[in-house]
Amino acid sequence: MGVKYIGAEVQRMEDLRLLKGSGRYVDDITRDRMLHVAFLRSEHAHANIKNIDTENAKNLDGVHGVLTYRDIASSFDLKRMSQLFPAPVIEQNITQYPVANEEVCYVGEIVAVVVAENRAVAEDAVEIINVEYDVMPAIIDCRLALEPNAPKAHNKSKNNLVGVIQTSFGEIDEAFKTADHIFRRSFLQHRGGCHAMECRGVVAEHDASENTLTLWSSTQCPYLVRRSLADYLGENEESIRVIAPDVGGGFGPKAGFYPEEIIVPLLARSFGRPIKWIEDRHEHFVATTTQRDQKWDVEVACNADGLIKGIRGEVTHENGAYVPYGFLLPFTSLTPLPGPYAVPAVDVSLKVVFTNTTPNSPVRGAGRPYAIYAVERLIETISKNLNIDAAEVRRRNFVKEEQMPYATGALLRDGSPVKYDSGNYHSCLEKALALAHHASFKDRQSSARNDSRFIGIGISSYVEDTGLGPYEGTTVRVQPNGKVLVRSGSASQGQGHHTFIAQIVAETLAVSLEDIVFESGDTGKFPHGVGTIGSRIAVNVGPSAYEAANAVKDKAIKLASETLEAAEQDLELSSGNVQVKGVEDLSVSLGDLARTLSPKAGGKVPSGFTPSLEATSYTGSNGSPFASGTNVAEVEVDILTGNVKLINYSVAHDCGTIINPKIVDGQIIGGVVHGIGNALFERMIYSEGGQPLTNTYADYLLPLATEMPNIEIVHEESASPLNVLGIKGAGEGGTIPATAAVVAAVENALEEFNVEIDYYPINPQHLTELIDG
Amino acid sequence: MELWLDLKERKRGMNSREISLKLNGCEVTATVEPRIHLADFLRHTLGATGTHLGCEHGVCGACTVNVDGDAVRSCLMFAIQVDGKNVTTIEGIANSDKTLHPIQEAFRKHHGLQCGFCTPGMVITLEAFLKNHPNPTEFEIRKAISGNICRCTGYQPIVAAAMEAATNLKNQGQ
Repeated sequence: MGVKYIGAEVQRMEDLRLLKGSGRYVDDITRDRMLHVAFLRSEHAHANIKNIDTENAKNLDGVHGVLTYRDIASSFDLKRMSQLFPAPVIEQNITQYPVANEEVCYVGEIVAVVVAENRAVAEDAVEIINVEYDVMPAIIDCRLALEPNAPKAHNKSKNNLVGVIQTSFGEIDEAFKTADHIFRRSFLQHRGGCHAMECRGVVAEHDASENTLTLWSSTQCPYLVRRSLADYLGENEESIRVIAPDVGGGFGPKAGFYPEEIIVPLLARSFGRPIKWIEDRHEHFVATTTQRDQKWDVEVACNADGLIKGIRGEVTHENGAYVPYGFLLPFTSLTPLPGPYAVPAVDVSLKVVFTNTTPNSPVRGAGRPYAIYAVERLIETISKNLNIDAAEVRRRNFVKEEQMPYATGALLRDGSPVKYDSGNYHSCLEKALALAHHASFKDRQSSARNDSRFIGIGISSYVEDTGLGPYEGTTVRVQPNGKVLVRSGSASQGQGHHTFIAQIVAETLAVSLEDIVFESGDTGKFPHGVGTIGSRIAVNVGPSAYEAANAVKDKAIKLASETLEAAEQDLELSSGNVQVKGVEDLSVSLGDLARTLSPKAGGKVPSGFTPSLEATSYTGSNGSPFASGTNVAEVEVDILTGNVKLINYSVAHDCGTIINPKIVDGQIIGGVVHGIGNALFERMIYSEGGQPLTNTYADYLLPLATEMPNIEIVHEESASPLNVLGIKGAGEGGTIPATAAVVAAVENALEEFNVEIDYYPINPQHLTELIDG
Repeated sequence: MELWLDLKERKRGMNSREISLKLNGCEVTATVEPRIHLADFLRHTLGATGTHLGCEHGVCGACTVNVDGDAVRSCLMFAIQVDGKNVTTIEGIANSDKTLHPIQEAFRKHHGLQCGFCTPGMVITLEAFLKNHPNPTEFEIRKAISGNICRCTGYQPIVAAAMEAATNLKNQGQ
């Protein structure tokens, strides 16, 4: 029999290359005769373009071309980009031109493009393009966007309202009429940007002989890029190949389709030479989609014992200047309501508004951290006002294990009910509390107080819909040398796809991990894929890899049964062979079976078999498996400086069956740190006029090793009944609850000052003001 | 306008210097423009693409290389400044028999990397640090890598890898 790989802590198959510096990221790719582009981007948040003078730039030595909207539009139908995720609720569906036409609506919008011998010359030329702007008033603060006299983000739009969405179920008026208590909270939430350590980048090459385009892009979704580009150009999808090579982190914003992914291939074709664009970090701050503000006004109705009867409220969501990504981010801000709690009535509406800032798209967790934060704020509010322990409020309101599967009452966009498939929220809470030594915290807190130290503890519980469909397929093919080729569509940005998929296939086929050859993220190698977003890969690829490997196994056994003249039920797979159970001498190798099914000229495929020892599966998950868990943060606040220091951080996490515990732990820890960054550090500040003020890493703070606590993890493994392996997604569960845990801990540390935090990231200066009352 | 005149009068290719250095033990001679920084020179002139650029303003540490024993940011140093110096990049950090350096080995064991983009800078930074600090505490390691940003791992597995590498390096030295 083979080795038990599923659930094993194996080393990552990806790492050897990457550790030696042999990875290949987009900027590592060079092509013969390659040219380079740099973009001139709008320096104004909102302006009309009066004139663009490119003469000086064109005459610079080494410059091959300087192009504006008019230049490109003279030979190509340069229209606005398409909506990636159309929805009827988007009332003002305004997308951008790949190069601005007459109006620019955020700092960073492309105004002109330079093609040059190298990037340095291209950037020199960008500096000497002269643009005359007619500067228009800009709307920056989402809270003011719907005021009657607010500046309009777009000259020709009727107002700044992009659309309204709502989640509503149960008898909300009745709940609030009959409740013992109603508590209200208002707060602003701010989530920062992507900040993958590799910025975006595109290399494009046109093959004039075959009229095909090849793109290497630092993307999470090569298939989405291919589809979107083919649609934009009105060309065959199969004439475009998109490759996501090694990608240095994604975290959401690399899942979109960007203007540069249109312009660079267009130029590669018109110049007849390969073209490279590499985003620099300054560009990343303004040109890569981000998340920003949400304003929540929300109230909860509950009984005297803390049992919640209803939640209602209103949210304003800052969309940025255009709608590149539909309403996916707003939708995911409401669908998690009411989190892990059995709340009979919910009514929350969300207004999406335009601002003259970089467009929005999901960042790790998407809208879920906002929603979970809101619910957890209400739990804390109940706890404080009714003087019930915060853990106890959660216990009283959690959906119970025996209620699974539990339909919340909310509906998904397709009209199907939101249903929590499995999980044990109580168990996760108790495990997290034990890990955090919660029972003895009061003692720690009072002895710290005796030393004039202010420590606090905060809990946050969450649920997460993972594994967005429809599928992510896998092909498993045994090669004549016995090595197993595994291909999938999904691209990886560091999540260890190669490793965990190899674990599933190797265990099923009883081969070693080293026998697996893995390829993904290349539309030329697998016909269709979806993308690495929404904690969906393990949930979708896990089952398809398992099914495809099992189909190969069945085919191998069936064929071996003829070769070995033994009954199928007497055969097993072991060490790359099919053998009579327990008899190594009576065996045939998988490689030889593969040869039998792919004969040379004049040969014959055995009757009853299709050629090639291979199978493809698109089996995924029958709905969204819900991951869940509880985080506990312990912090110390310096009341002199407002500094917040994390002392301990404990996680109880349930992502169902775990394929590789070390990969899962890596996802959780990295995710928690992202959430801590949201809580304490990452703040994208714009001036009132729309100038980004925090566009270096000296100003925009990312979490560093020195500020991060040790994060301890305990797992709950409640297998999902929705897929064959019981998997739930693990990519975002660290991030989603983290901010709420940290903020609750800070409030707890400052209990005697009665501090109510109304904004994150928590700013030390603001915190000292709150402490001083 | 002044900038334009400045650029127009610049004769490209005329303004260059010949430099010699040792890259990963091999002698290299090259002609470089004085304005080209070390990272671009390593990556695009010499093809040593293991060194990565994350921010190009000296904060993220992805581009860290070793120059004469010190870990430095190659985006903040001009190529001409390494004339006559010894430069070691991630491609040259492995043992002479091509097996992984103990730091690389420990990163592998502890999953000290995910996307791998910050990894070369992390490894180079830690190599220089551990040479001078053979018995580090966990917090000293955190301080040593506080100029290297990782968005994936949350640092914890990197710290674990560095602690183990420190022990292994010490044992090797004995």
